[in-house]
Amino acid sequence: MMSKNNLALGQKFSVLIVDDDKIIRRIHKMLLTKFEFESHAVENGKEAVDLYISGKNFDLILMDMEMAVMDGPKATRELRSMGINNVIVGVTSRGSTSEKQAFTEAGLDYCVEKPLSSETITSLLKELAKKY
Amino acid sequence: MSNSSSRERNLHRQLANMKHSLFDQGYLDEQFIQLEELQDEENPNFVEEVVSLYYWDSVRLIQNIEQALEQNPIDFAKLDNHMHQFKGSSCSIGAKKLKKECTQFEKYCKTGNGEGCKRTFQQVKKEYATLKKKLERYFQFARQVGCVEKACRPK
Repeated sequence: MMSKNNLALGQKFSVLIVDDDKIIRRIHKMLLTKFEFESHAVENGKEAVDLYISGKNFDLILMDMEMAVMDGPKATRELRSMGINNVIVGVTSRGSTSEKQAFTEAGLDYCVEKPLSSETITSLLKELAKKY
Repeated sequence: MSNSSSRERNLHRQLANMKHSLFDQGYLDEQFIQLEELQDEENPNFVEEVVSLYYWDSVRLIQNIEQALEQNPIDFAKLDNHMHQFKGSSCSIGAKKLKKECTQFEKYCKTGNGEGCKRTFQQVKKEYATLKKKLERYFQFARQVGCVEKACRPK
């Protein structure tokens, strides 16, 4: 029996959490586990890009906006320029519309506020179901 | 047997009252409830773990802010960045009063008001310490209630 989160190939949906806040990483990991996602967490955009360069792939990336070493917009631009078409969701606590817009224009599919809630994940799932 | 189950009920009620009080007095918000909803049998102490992680990790964030405030002149961009990190972490555990003080700090930061930042930061630290004590008491009591529950469970 396949859960609603399994892809057609019968694998678990995989998520990459990219955030410099270890509390957020812990919370989001737990939240995603509840939805039966597999998740991996890294601390900044460069680590995310390096994972993809090493051949790893994820169904969804939750990308924080502000991070040291490489921030969300830069990492998103790099991933898109590498031809990565996975869904990238920007996660930000900055309220400014212009900042969110700039982040979205870097190549995001969606932008949501953190911390994520069950409701946010459920809405995202509905959107992702359309894509996949 | 009825004594122990009424004792259990009393303890649960006391714990619930403690929690309601934290919400009624504005210390915590909805995010704390979100964390509680993630708790389950496999992770029965998830909220306490996250809060402990927060208090452990935020020590360096507070130090960063303090150091930035001691600079002359103050680098407000750097200060804002440090506070943004601290505020983000605090929001993620549902620290409502603390979030309010951080927002006030951010306003002073944006207008380059060093004195305002320093004053507000004293409030931030006060709220931070107060919440820590209250949550420590709450989790300690929650653990006691958990122990009584286990002791009262029929063999």
